[in-house]
Amino acid sequence: MTALLYLIPIALFMGGVGLLAFVWTVRAGQYDDLDGAAQRILSDDDLEEGSERANGPAKTADYQ
Amino acid sequence: MTASLDIAALDEKGGVSLELASSTAPDPSPFVRASGDGEQTLLLNVKGAHCGGCISKIEKGLLAIPGVEVARLNLSTGRLTVRWRDESLNPKSIVEKLTALGFDASAFDPDVALQEQDTEGRFLLRCMAVAGFAAANIMLLSVSIWAGHDGEMGPATRAMLHWISALIAIPAALFAGRPFFRSAFRALKNGHANMDVPISLAVILALGLSIYETLNHGRDAYFDAAVMLLFFLLIGRFLDYRLRGKARASAQKLLSLQATSANRLLSDGSVELVSARLIVPGDRILLQPGDRAPVNGRIVEGGSDIDFSLVTGESAPVFKEAGDHVYAGVLNLSSQLVFEAEATTDDSLIADLTRLIEAGEQGKSRYVKLADKAAALYVPVVHTLALATFLGWFFIGDAGMRTSLMTAVAVLIITCPCALGLAAPAVQIVATGRLFREGILVKSGDALERLAQADAFIFDKTGTLTLGAFRLINGNETPQYMLRKAAMLARASRHPLARAIAEEVGIGPVAKNIAEIPGSGIEGEIEGVKARLGRAEWIGQASDAETTETWFQLGDAPPVRFCFEDVMRNDIEDTIHKFDKVGIETMVLSGDKPAPTRRIAAASGIRNWRAEQSPEDKIENLRRLTAASKNTIMVGDGLNDAPSLAAAHASLSPGSAADASQAAADFVFTGDSLASVHTAYDVSKKARRRMMENFAFAAFYNMCAIPLAVMGFVTPLIAALAMSGSSIIVTLNALRLAGPASEGTDP
Repeated sequence: MTALLYLIPIALFMGGVGLLAFVWTVRAGQYDDLDGAAQRILSDDDLEEGSERANGPAKTADYQ
Repeated sequence: MTASLDIAALDEKGGVSLELASSTAPDPSPFVRASGDGEQTLLLNVKGAHCGGCISKIEKGLLAIPGVEVARLNLSTGRLTVRWRDESLNPKSIVEKLTALGFDASAFDPDVALQEQDTEGRFLLRCMAVAGFAAANIMLLSVSIWAGHDGEMGPATRAMLHWISALIAIPAALFAGRPFFRSAFRALKNGHANMDVPISLAVILALGLSIYETLNHGRDAYFDAAVMLLFFLLIGRFLDYRLRGKARASAQKLLSLQATSANRLLSDGSVELVSARLIVPGDRILLQPGDRAPVNGRIVEGGSDIDFSLVTGESAPVFKEAGDHVYAGVLNLSSQLVFEAEATTDDSLIADLTRLIEAGEQGKSRYVKLADKAAALYVPVVHTLALATFLGWFFIGDAGMRTSLMTAVAVLIITCPCALGLAAPAVQIVATGRLFREGILVKSGDALERLAQADAFIFDKTGTLTLGAFRLINGNETPQYMLRKAAMLARASRHPLARAIAEEVGIGPVAKNIAEIPGSGIEGEIEGVKARLGRAEWIGQASDAETTETWFQLGDAPPVRFCFEDVMRNDIEDTIHKFDKVGIETMVLSGDKPAPTRRIAAASGIRNWRAEQSPEDKIENLRRLTAASKNTIMVGDGLNDAPSLAAAHASLSPGSAADASQAAADFVFTGDSLASVHTAYDVSKKARRRMMENFAFAAFYNMCAIPLAVMGFVTPLIAALAMSGSSIIVTLNALRLAGPASEGTDP
């Protein structure tokens, strides 16, 4: 019974944090352009031109 | 006069497009808004951006312009925001860059455009989040209470948990219930009741009753039912709002259509760039080739070929000179004109059409949706039942105030339209998603309902049954070298027939010493020999009124005749056949001459056709069919079709249509095939069936639940189970629509 005295407030607090985080995402405009957000993750704009992540691993003649 | 040849633009596939570019892009300078700290903002409506690649192309391309600080494209609405601080940046370069990348852009007039943020949508999201949070946490506590009913939980613990539920439920319900309370209050003030009245009543009474019970250490509290009700209903409301977002975006785009700029000639001969809204009758406007006339007016200087397709729907240009009238929206093709404005933008054709469209939209908004019809029936029945329950228990059952009130509230809660609130939006969201995957854009949820009721379809000819582009049909009758020489002249002209020749041959060199003679044709030198491409009379031949033709003469060689026809869309016969099979009437109404209309109607399999129809004639035909109690669907593309599109029971327009028509139509379909029209009709019928199933289920569920509630058997547990169960079933039924298209097997 005494466990409830601290468990319930903890549960409510965690739920409250989730709610605040959601309200923050709404205010930050993250739901204004759902189609665009879905497509933007596919673009490679943030990779540097010569890096491995952009061009794939360097090809070596390694046929052992 | 020499036509100027500009650099050809790279089209999206990297090929060289035959469009003459850049200098004809509209200047958006009058619509740049400056904020206090020197930052300039320009809002543009971008057409044709549909994929992720477009986002990076546009944003990277614009950020490459020196001075541009922010370039952000909203893919859902097509709105592009560009910000810069550099004074020397010419806004025209922004639009030029977009055109060079292959996108059409028009500016939003900042005074007229709505704010960028979607406040209503965000408000609904916040309410939904709070209701969801409250419902989940209260359920946590409620399940424990219900599990402890058999005596394991002592009354003190139960009271404590009730109090905690109350502390969560009351602020949450007051916050999340605002959309319903406001709507119910407004309806009651106007003297009638809508669906939100029983909802608000149920929530408030449930809360009040539960607080009373908690204060008196009672057993049952309905806190969870109250917030869960709000949560499910808010989901439905948010989905419905999202759906209507497309309609709102179209209305915005219509506004941007009117935000054009114009070159005003001042008395000292200089040219001033102004917003078209500032033009007054008497102003002299300079119209360059590639510009659209901003207002109605009369030509005072010059003569040119003008493309009236936006107004009459026909793509063959007409030659107009001093003394002739031009309408707002027509495109100047070959040479510079000066015309005197005879009206303001408010009196222009586009404004008239916008007003007609708005009137049509108003008519459509009066269409009573299925859900609203259900609500109108619902409200009095539910209230009467709840009142009867209360009176019954109080007087006949001789129970106390408390029991009677509890039972009446239980009736209100259990009959509350959880499932009803989701029945229509769930189906509509799934249906629009499926249609979107097939390339069909749906503007509003009730458009699906209206299309499903179709009795007759009216098709426009040019641009709807045909692709609106000319195609050379006797290319193989002409010697190849003649065709190539003709193309050398054709590439220098904007005339649609010349473009058809140039496209047939492909990329190649252009003739020298080009001179475009407005109204006649184009002449130049090909390898030292004079050549002409143009109208029959100019070349010295007799003209044929029946076919669209142009003649080519190289030096002294006999002239060669080129014939063109309008390319028909794919799958027309198949689509019309499908409509005939289910007994739907089809008809063609065209502004063109009788001969081509008869030909296209016969090729399509449509028996009824009428030619030389003005926009008023088309609406007249629409009214005639509507008066005969037929729900008529309009399929059209030109600006002249826009009033009919707005006035019809439901309307469709191809993606290549004029912006105003796309804004007025309920459905916009992309691609070259007419099969999309039948697909939209098919899915709408299926969607309507699902919605009716959902309503039937909701009604059935209520019928079973009401006797239980009236008898007093409904505890909070049962109420919660019933509400969530019915909502889930309704949603699952809606998802049946998302499956792969089945040809006629799925009922």
